[in-house]
Amino acid sequence: MSTTIMPETQASTGRRVAVAPVTLWRVVCSEWIKLRSLRSTRITLLVSFVLMAGLGVLAAAIAAGGYSRLPAASRASFDAVNTTLTGYQFAQLAVGVLGVVVVSNEYSSGMIRATLAAVPRRLPVLWAKAGVFAVVTLVVMTAASLIAFAGGMAVLSSHHLQVSLTAPGAARAVLGAGLYLAVVGLLGVGLGALLRKTAGAIAAVVGLLLFLPLLSSLLGSWFKAHISPYLFSNAGAALLRVHQQAGSLSPWTGFAVMCGYAVAALAAAALVLRRRDA
Amino acid sequence: MIEVHDLVKRYGGKTAVNGLTFTVQPGVVTGFLGPNGAGKSTTMRLIVGLDRPTAGRVSVNGKSYDQWAAPLAEVGVLLEAKAIHPGLSAYQYLHALAATHGIGTRRVREVLDMTGLASVADKRAGGFSLGMGQRLGIAAALLADPEALILDEPVNGLDIEGVRWVRHLLKDLAREGRTILVSSHLMSEMAQTADHLIVIGRGELIADTSVTEFIQRATVSNVRVRSPEGSRLRDLIAGPDVTVSSDEIGVLTVTGMTSDQVGTIAAEGGIILYELVPQASLEEAFLQLTQDTVEYRAPETSAELAGAGRNPA
Repeated sequence: MSTTIMPETQASTGRRVAVAPVTLWRVVCSEWIKLRSLRSTRITLLVSFVLMAGLGVLAAAIAAGGYSRLPAASRASFDAVNTTLTGYQFAQLAVGVLGVVVVSNEYSSGMIRATLAAVPRRLPVLWAKAGVFAVVTLVVMTAASLIAFAGGMAVLSSHHLQVSLTAPGAARAVLGAGLYLAVVGLLGVGLGALLRKTAGAIAAVVGLLLFLPLLSSLLGSWFKAHISPYLFSNAGAALLRVHQQAGSLSPWTGFAVMCGYAVAALAAAALVLRRRDA
Repeated sequence: MIEVHDLVKRYGGKTAVNGLTFTVQPGVVTGFLGPNGAGKSTTMRLIVGLDRPTAGRVSVNGKSYDQWAAPLAEVGVLLEAKAIHPGLSAYQYLHALAATHGIGTRRVREVLDMTGLASVADKRAGGFSLGMGQRLGIAAALLADPEALILDEPVNGLDIEGVRWVRHLLKDLAREGRTILVSSHLMSEMAQTADHLIVIGRGELIADTSVTEFIQRATVSNVRVRSPEGSRLRDLIAGPDVTVSSDEIGVLTVTGMTSDQVGTIAAEGGIILYELVPQASLEEAFLQLTQDTVEYRAPETSAELAGAGRNPA
């Protein structure tokens, strides 16, 4: 242990340590360091990647095997592209939870105080966390989506069911999977910052992603027609489909609705972050 | 300089800080003293804007903390040890904080060296002891070479060597003209470190005074006497204003009499003294001062407990 006293006994007048003003970009750099430093983050992202890329190939293999037994109507509506993107349903849980944890971890460990003492205007922290996580998710999951598509199509081509990326809607659906998952991540960050507690925020994310769509499908035809399409994950799912389902929103309208949820969560989080004690 | 003006903070119905006004001057170490729950940590959080004041205002070097472009260069703050994600290393934690102010990694290594953490810089902070956590907190506070330092109970959990190191560090930083506010609930620690004292209890200011003045004002003084004839001495010095207690065999603690008086009486009685030490009891003075403001207190005797039980509320 060093007992030496600071070497800069002359420091009070001339500033010895170069210090720059806090800017959004510098906060982004700080959040990027935190995100990439944590092993738990890297592992969860890897899990999401494997789910997205791997399950698509698996789903394609199962679909290819069962295709010959399908009735004609089902064959007509078979969505090869969407089948290869099946993994998103599982990856979204990992991504949503990770988005929550990126923020709620700081509250549970108390590190948020150091973070906000460094950035007392506070809001840049939220924007930086959201931005860094969304970009990382977008890059990683778009790559996973492309792999899922390529792998899945390789399997489907043995049954001559393959679709090329240049086919109408295919590229939109494949790249849309990355966008969809990035927005799920943003929703997680927003809810994490709003609720602060890991368990509560994870419950909220899972509720929005899985529970609400399930509930509304049980509630009868009126709900199915008027509420279901506007639910977070139902709205976003349209972006990943080439053959649209009856009653669902159009791909980009659905995506806009989905973004609305994330924006609302982040806006509420921003209000709370500014006003509450840390 | 840190200026606190009419500061009030309520959490729900509970008032944590109640109309505090004081100024922390540069160039000296200011001790921030008070019993547990007095509002020290709350006041410190209010100074750096982590909690929003219910009323009143705080300024740091002339501006509200959040108005500074590079706030860490104005105030370095240690609020609680080990407030760090357990999966981050000391280096990663400081690196992330440094990045917000464009501070280079050379400075990060420097504060790690300064605080004696260089050898564990790449270990996960989850495995840190309380003392290492304190050192890391101090490293973070020093990161931007700040004009002012606010440290909440920095010696908590440090070994003796670490306590001495903090004491020297604070004195050196004060000598450089910086503003130092350091809290403690231990008077004895403050007496050795601080030049000035701000004492609060139940969120209100009790004293704002130099340590020297505080010691002079400390009315209670004890005399420690070691003698082989303790019981005879006890009889000789007994009196209405004198209390004598004995915690160890052969040692008396006399209150209400000066060491001169005790020595004279002993000589007159022909009693051998091995030791005769006057002790200004700061701890005692502090207790007296804050007696009515202690938030959490254990009942002193069982009789008091029994009595409390009988009294109708």
